Amino acid sequence: MTLSPRRTGAILLRQIYLVRGSVARLLPLFAWVAIDMVLWGFITRYLNTVTKAGFDFVPTLLGAVLLWDFFARVMQGVTVAFLEDVWSRNFLNLFATPLSIAEYVAGLVASSVATSVIGLVVMLVLATTIFGLSFFGYGVALVPFLLVLFTFGIALGVAASAVVLWLGPASEWLIWPIPALVAPFAGVFYPVSTLPRWMQYVSRLLPPSPVFEGMRAAVSGQGVSMLALSWGGGLALADLMLACWFFSFVYRRAVRVGLIARYSAENIG
Amino acid sequence: MIDHTVLSAANLRKEYGAIVAVDGVSFDVGRNEILGLLGPNGAGKTTIINMILGVLEPSSGSIRVEEIDARQHRASALARTNFAAVYAPLPGNLTVAQNLRIFGLLYDVKDLRRRIDELLDQFELRRFRDVKCGVLSSGEQTRVGLAKAFLNRPTLLLLDEPTASLDPAAAHDVRRRICDYARDAGVGILWTSHNMYEVEEVCHRVLFLSRGKILLEGDPKRLPAERGCKTLEDLFIAVAREPLALELT
Repeated sequence: MTLSPRRTGAILLRQIYLVRGSVARLLPLFAWVAIDMVLWGFITRYLNTVTKAGFDFVPTLLGAVLLWDFFARVMQGVTVAFLEDVWSRNFLNLFATPLSIAEYVAGLVASSVATSVIGLVVMLVLATTIFGLSFFGYGVALVPFLLVLFTFGIALGVAASAVVLWLGPASEWLIWPIPALVAPFAGVFYPVSTLPRWMQYVSRLLPPSPVFEGMRAAVSGQGVSMLALSWGGGLALADLMLACWFFSFVYRRAVRVGLIARYSAENIG
Repeated sequence: MIDHTVLSAANLRKEYGAIVAVDGVSFDVGRNEILGLLGPNGAGKTTIINMILGVLEPSSGSIRVEEIDARQHRASALARTNFAAVYAPLPGNLTVAQNLRIFGLLYDVKDLRRRIDELLDQFELRRFRDVKCGVLSSGEQTRVGLAKAFLNRPTLLLLDEPTASLDPAAAHDVRRRICDYARDAGVGILWTSHNMYEVEEVCHRVLFLSRGKILLEGDPKRLPAERGCKTLEDLFIAVAREPLALELT
């Protein structure tokens, strides 16, 4: 399977044109994450004043918000790029070209990289300059933290897009709350051991769990478990492969039942 | 008329459960030929076009574009094909030039900047270059759709009611542009329309489709007389009302 850089680039270029030409698309790339950083930044400052001296909430709580927002932006980067084709009813035009599914998904991923990096940079600037968040506390583990969250974000974005392709445009609302549904299980703001047993079992299957456990361990001076991070990375890669297979399966079904040509009908077949 | 086959559809069939939308249709389109695909609503015309475009999987049968099996080698077949349809406008939130650039990349068009300039001139779209497609009139959007359809210099062009929703003057203009281009570029065109005047004017050959089957085939100028009808429109109405009678003849 070979990917054409021009066709993949066309999907990315479409997204660049849309973002460049629309304040409504440009603003959300950094506005919501900036608001999150400011809100949680002040919450952490307040918590630092009311809890016992010595414990700093900034790297645990604000760091967790930053990493979680990054994951959510990566996922939404894929889904929003996909939804642009839903909103503009562009599937027939797109899939009647030589564009392959792998090239299309690669273009969605490239779009997500471009948009999520903007959000990450804004969050880093605010968190470090205003609230003094330092990533030195995470050490080199920060790189695998980001990689695992990025891979899982892409996987969920591709899977969520497949769900919309399957169920039709109205199912869009199903995919927006996905990060909020995953967060309680992933132990973003508290150790996984806080959860009831059944939720801990679910947590073990989620790639972000070892990331946030590792982040808290790094901040408290304990070593980050590379084995647990590797498990998280492996899970994220497996999820990504599964998501790509699922998208391809849904697309083939859509071609078989005629949904690509009449997507707005929603219920063909 | 056919000096070289650009499209060959053989025993094309599409079923949706118990419903048969296209029932064993076979036909060829030659280079420099405009083949009209006629029939009442629901006859299977758009289903056939969607199958050729690879966005709908046939239940059985084969499609070859310039001898390339479209199911086995989808990308190669689609690189030689393009289409325009009134129900598939280009994204309205992008400008004319942006849309042409994106689709030019998708079709891997060489020297894309020059090609876009040529098409902007050819379809008199230069003044709309940086205008979002969504604010253009129906006629202007049709011309943009046609410019997209000609981007990759296709050898097979599928036009699904290209002049629907246009006023007579705009429709005449669009027909002239398509015919000029088709003659110069030597493409094969599959053209669907409900406008029998248009069909008589542009098509070299027509297929009458009803309930997924080809009922009649021939020269649109001679076919009505051969079937005891005054005009092509009368023949169309006869096909739409009494397809079984024609099927038996």
